[in-house]
Amino acid sequence: FYLTPSQVNSILKANEYSFKVPEFDGKNVSSVLGFDSNQLPANAPIEDRRSAATCLQTRGMLLGVFDGHAGCACAQAVSERLFYYIAVSLLPHETLLEIENAVENGRALLPILQWHKHPNDYFSKEASKLYFNSLRTYWQELIDLNTGETTDVREALINAFKRLDNDISLEAQVGDPNSFLNYLVLRVAFSGSTACVAHVDGVDLHIANTGDSRAMLGVQEEDGSWSAVNLSYDHNAQNENEVERVKMEHPKSEEKSLVKQDRLLGLLMPFRAFGDVKFKWSIELQKRVVESGPDQLNDNEYTKFIPPNYHTPPYLTAEPEVIHHRLRPQDKFLVLATDGLWETMHRQDVARIVGEYLTGVHHQQPIAVGGYKVTLGQMHGLLTERRARISSVFEDQNAATHLIRHAVGNNEFGTVDHERLSKMLSLPEELARMYRDDITIIVVQFNSHVIGAYQNEE
Amino acid sequence: AAGMFLRLLSDIQWRAAHPKWRRMTRSQRSTSTTAEPHPVSLPAQAQVVICGGGIMGTSVAYHLSKMGFKDIVLLEQGRLAAGTTRFCAGIVSTARPMSIELKMAHYSNQLYQQLEQETGVQTGYMKTGSISLAQTQDRLISLKRIASSLNVMGIPCEIISPKKVLQLHPLINIHDLVGAMYVPEDALVSSANVSLALATAASRNGVQIHERTSVSHVTIQKGRVTGVETDRGRIQCEYFVNCAGQWAYELGHSGEEPVHIPVHACEHFYLLTHPLQEPLSSSLPTIVDPDGRIYIRNWQGGILSGGFEKNPKPLFTEGRNQLEIQNLQEDWDHFGPLLSALLRRMPGLEALQIMQLVNCPESFTPDMRCIMGESPTARGYFVLTGMNSAGISYGGGAGKYLAEWIVNGYPSENVWPLDLKRFGTLQSSRTFLRHRVMEVMPLMCDLKVPRWDFQTGRQLRTSPLYDRLDAQGARWMEKHGFERVKYFVPPGSDLLDLDHSKTFYKPDWFDIVGSEVKCCKEAVCVIDMSSFTKFEISSTGDQALESLQYLFSNDLDVPVGHVVHTGMLNEKGGYENDCSIARLSKRSFFMISPTDQQVHCWAWLKNHLPDDSNLVLEDVTWKYTALNLIGPRAVDVLSELSYAPMTAEHFPSLFCKEMSVGYANGIRVMSITHTGEPGFVLYIPIEYALHVYNEVMNMGQKYGIRNAGYYALRSLRIEKFFAFWGQDLDAFTTPMECGREFQVKLDKGMDFLGQEVLLEQKQNGVYKRFTMFILEDHDTDMDLWPWWGEPIFRNGRYVGKTTSSAYSYTLERHVCLGFVHHFDEKTGEELVVTTDFINQGEYEIDIAGQRFQAKAKLYPFSSLFAQRRRKDEVELSGYQRE
Repeated sequence: FYLTPSQVNSILKANEYSFKVPEFDGKNVSSVLGFDSNQLPANAPIEDRRSAATCLQTRGMLLGVFDGHAGCACAQAVSERLFYYIAVSLLPHETLLEIENAVENGRALLPILQWHKHPNDYFSKEASKLYFNSLRTYWQELIDLNTGETTDVREALINAFKRLDNDISLEAQVGDPNSFLNYLVLRVAFSGSTACVAHVDGVDLHIANTGDSRAMLGVQEEDGSWSAVNLSYDHNAQNENEVERVKMEHPKSEEKSLVKQDRLLGLLMPFRAFGDVKFKWSIELQKRVVESGPDQLNDNEYTKFIPPNYHTPPYLTAEPEVIHHRLRPQDKFLVLATDGLWETMHRQDVARIVGEYLTGVHHQQPIAVGGYKVTLGQMHGLLTERRARISSVFEDQNAATHLIRHAVGNNEFGTVDHERLSKMLSLPEELARMYRDDITIIVVQFNSHVIGAYQNEE
Repeated sequence: AAGMFLRLLSDIQWRAAHPKWRRMTRSQRSTSTTAEPHPVSLPAQAQVVICGGGIMGTSVAYHLSKMGFKDIVLLEQGRLAAGTTRFCAGIVSTARPMSIELKMAHYSNQLYQQLEQETGVQTGYMKTGSISLAQTQDRLISLKRIASSLNVMGIPCEIISPKKVLQLHPLINIHDLVGAMYVPEDALVSSANVSLALATAASRNGVQIHERTSVSHVTIQKGRVTGVETDRGRIQCEYFVNCAGQWAYELGHSGEEPVHIPVHACEHFYLLTHPLQEPLSSSLPTIVDPDGRIYIRNWQGGILSGGFEKNPKPLFTEGRNQLEIQNLQEDWDHFGPLLSALLRRMPGLEALQIMQLVNCPESFTPDMRCIMGESPTARGYFVLTGMNSAGISYGGGAGKYLAEWIVNGYPSENVWPLDLKRFGTLQSSRTFLRHRVMEVMPLMCDLKVPRWDFQTGRQLRTSPLYDRLDAQGARWMEKHGFERVKYFVPPGSDLLDLDHSKTFYKPDWFDIVGSEVKCCKEAVCVIDMSSFTKFEISSTGDQALESLQYLFSNDLDVPVGHVVHTGMLNEKGGYENDCSIARLSKRSFFMISPTDQQVHCWAWLKNHLPDDSNLVLEDVTWKYTALNLIGPRAVDVLSELSYAPMTAEHFPSLFCKEMSVGYANGIRVMSITHTGEPGFVLYIPIEYALHVYNEVMNMGQKYGIRNAGYYALRSLRIEKFFAFWGQDLDAFTTPMECGREFQVKLDKGMDFLGQEVLLEQKQNGVYKRFTMFILEDHDTDMDLWPWWGEPIFRNGRYVGKTTSSAYSYTLERHVCLGFVHHFDEKTGEELVVTTDFINQGEYEIDIAGQRFQAKAKLYPFSSLFAQRRRKDEVELSGYQRE
């Protein structure tokens, strides 16, 4: 049994979303043309999350992918909250005061973010008050701390990440009188999430990464070919620096038990993450919170389980590594994706597939028969295959969808194989996770004209 | 690779094998040397200079020299037969839908067949026959129509079953076929060698051929060609022939006074293979599979197969471009769909090894017909190009007609459908051409049903009422760039989409047009006829009248305010144009002619009017919007709007008067309708068009007024036996032959063009007669509809073809108009056609091989329309007067 091409398409396109930066007076003055995003679940429900928003009180655009583990609660919370923390961190003192005044006097709040959301990307209404209060506490502290200096984006990103993780941890310790919320904040804290966030403002691109999602820049070389530049480091066992960092933070006696089977304490794949208080809190704190917590938490073996060789917490941090890149006209797009993509595709292929999709030029070498012996039948087969490759491009109106199609359906020749695609997409829920991970992708397209103009100004 | 390819296609090295003409030209021009062939210097003058050494140029040179022209120079920028001609697939096919194209191809075939014997140059001529396949019933119908016209031309041709196809060509997969057409005398040639053979013969007849000589521009003085400038000097000449193929447009535009030649190149691909294991016989017929968009011929034991894809690649839009020329490479991805079609047609070829994919640009024209004739602006500037990839089929015949044109002043057949003057500057836009040829190239293979229209290059010329009419459901067709309404789709009724409305049977608009016709007969309709060509001729003295009296056969010395229907005839008495002329004043005339006459009629008048600054000819087509009010209540509408009595006593038929309509003054009202129905045409200065239209529609409401289109008009005029120029009438038809003697005033007191021939015909009779046929046993709902070009049979013998047809909603029968000849039963000689000959025959019309009984009439049904004849008595009475 195979899915028909239109069934395959309806699965692939279910979560696709596109945003074009609106043009003013026929001109787009932003360095971002727009973005395409999409996600394909393997877990049920999907544990990945994505967010995109435009900062309204400062310049710039925020985009992020979040790969949850041990449930989706933490990824959901981070996807809702992190951008507010970043935006607030970036706000000048006067704006913070203005906002605080408005809240104080019950006036309408200045909007901080304009979200670009797919209908399936939801916000939890129940927790909004709780989340807002935590955020307000944060900006009140920022007001008190007024340094009078202009906000550095790198610092703002780091502060926001750390502060949010801290708030997640505190909310779980304090609990909530509402039993639903109480259970929610605990689930958020006991599950985990990576975060890979891009902040684009003019030619300044900052990537803040925590965990093993990845940001990659697509660069068009002078000869028209495509190459990939990594703008983040994976925080996992494959990253020697990261292993070194973890070892530095703990006594030599734990050296052997820190990383086992390429996992932190033999359990966790990412070496940095939001939530995951089991790797952050002391054993006493964990036991107290679980025991006083609701029954559901108590009945959960995972939450009660203390990692082995757990001597000197915290073992895990949400602090991001921030990379700054000045955009050049040859930088055509940015891909943010969870590890579900990077497990199946090399970044070089990602750069080529997206690049060719966006430019509409398919660098298929023209066929020349020359002196070779080719029969009509062979040529026909070759042409049919090439046509199929091109037609799969035309089926997609979304670069992220196109990338997922390749990630899931590529055969050994690097072309989409419908049979394979159909098989992968029709796997039963319980089997899907064995063959693939959740995939979440955001492809941001840059405006080379605007970037070139910035460059000329300097 | 190109060099190798030339050797592949031409089996001989013509230069080595036939050095004769080269030596001859050299001995003529220079006596000094026999060593290295230095270019011979150009002559300072010649009678004819031909630019282009492909099949067209060499064919024109061949025929001109045969007809006795001696002083001819042929210039080729590269080498002879090295352009499109060299790459041409070499298929000579007579299976052409248009009769003039069919005649050209037939002549070419006969010419090529004896060319080798005549010249000694091997042409590779091989009579293989051709098979055109039909995958659908509609395709089979279109093939049957062609077969009918081939048969009456005496060209063997038969419709065969798929099984028979398999017997003729063992490689063909016949499972998806419904039938085919077999033309056993179609042939294959090496096109380059045919061209070289023609050049050899021409050279023997004294034509000087100069290779590697390019024409930079043509000099024109006072509207006449005076010479050409080349990169090797100037040649003075009387005639110039532009056979520059895809460069003809550029060459036409290179001089100070441009000559507009609307051609545009597209890439064209075909495939060559190595021989089959058991090499294909060179006598195997050529296969044309239009539904698969491909043709397949045998080639050196293997095959040659190309086609006309749906997504052609136009090139050289911005003129000759080195980059594009260099990029002319094989494009397999583009050829893919055609390769699929080939393997579907001949699955056994899978293992056949590819030799090459050839990219051979071809030039295409805006209407899929080739371009020949004299420039409307430069006398002596002739053109032959734009073959739409059928150059080798047309080459012989086209070259012959053009040579006749130069030598005699006119060709021996009606070539109006191919005449350069059917185009004007408006088809000369590169954007228009690029878009149009992208539609034309796929059309080569598309099914062409009656009344199909081009979809690209539209909405160029429009009436000011376009938007108003469009909003009321107008469906449009185009004539000479002008949008005209076919019919109006009433709100709520949904017609089929374009693709599904294609039919050879009863069309979906049948009832819509029927109701428009009914309204024309019983109430009043408005048709926007602004596209018609309108000229004004005026003079200070009597020059205008005198000139027109010479150029027109009817008597134009009528009282001011009278309208005269008259032919503009040539020396042979044939219709160059058919017009209505109103005498506006003693010294000025207003002339209405068909839309596509704008260029031709202008050129004819310019060439024939005396060079007198006091005689002014002006094209006022764009100045007036023309509304045709047709029907018995037109008179009521108009008199209410003008407060003027419009009845026959006050406003007789064939009358013209300036009057006010609504608020607008200066509306030229004529009591003609072009249909034989009562009514008027209003010539409205364009700024008043909307106002007058609104007033007419408002006032007309109580009389049941509605919009109508050209289909209704056509049905009306054909049932009234009205001939239209360009459809029924042409330069080879005289008024005597179409029952219009009443429009000829042999005794008007002065000579006029064509008078002698008409006088002779009056005394001795005519050799063809325009006749009206009413189909008797034709079922409108079930049978194929006639179109035009259907053979007419009298007592079982072929006597002529129809020229137009329409369903008459009054007679509830189909009416065909056409010409009847009288061929001697034994000799085939043409005899005089008498009234008795017409009346004493049993007639049949052949529609796609099926014959329908028809009743012939030489006069329209007067009784049927009698009760409605009020103001058209003068118009119709003319017919009875004969």
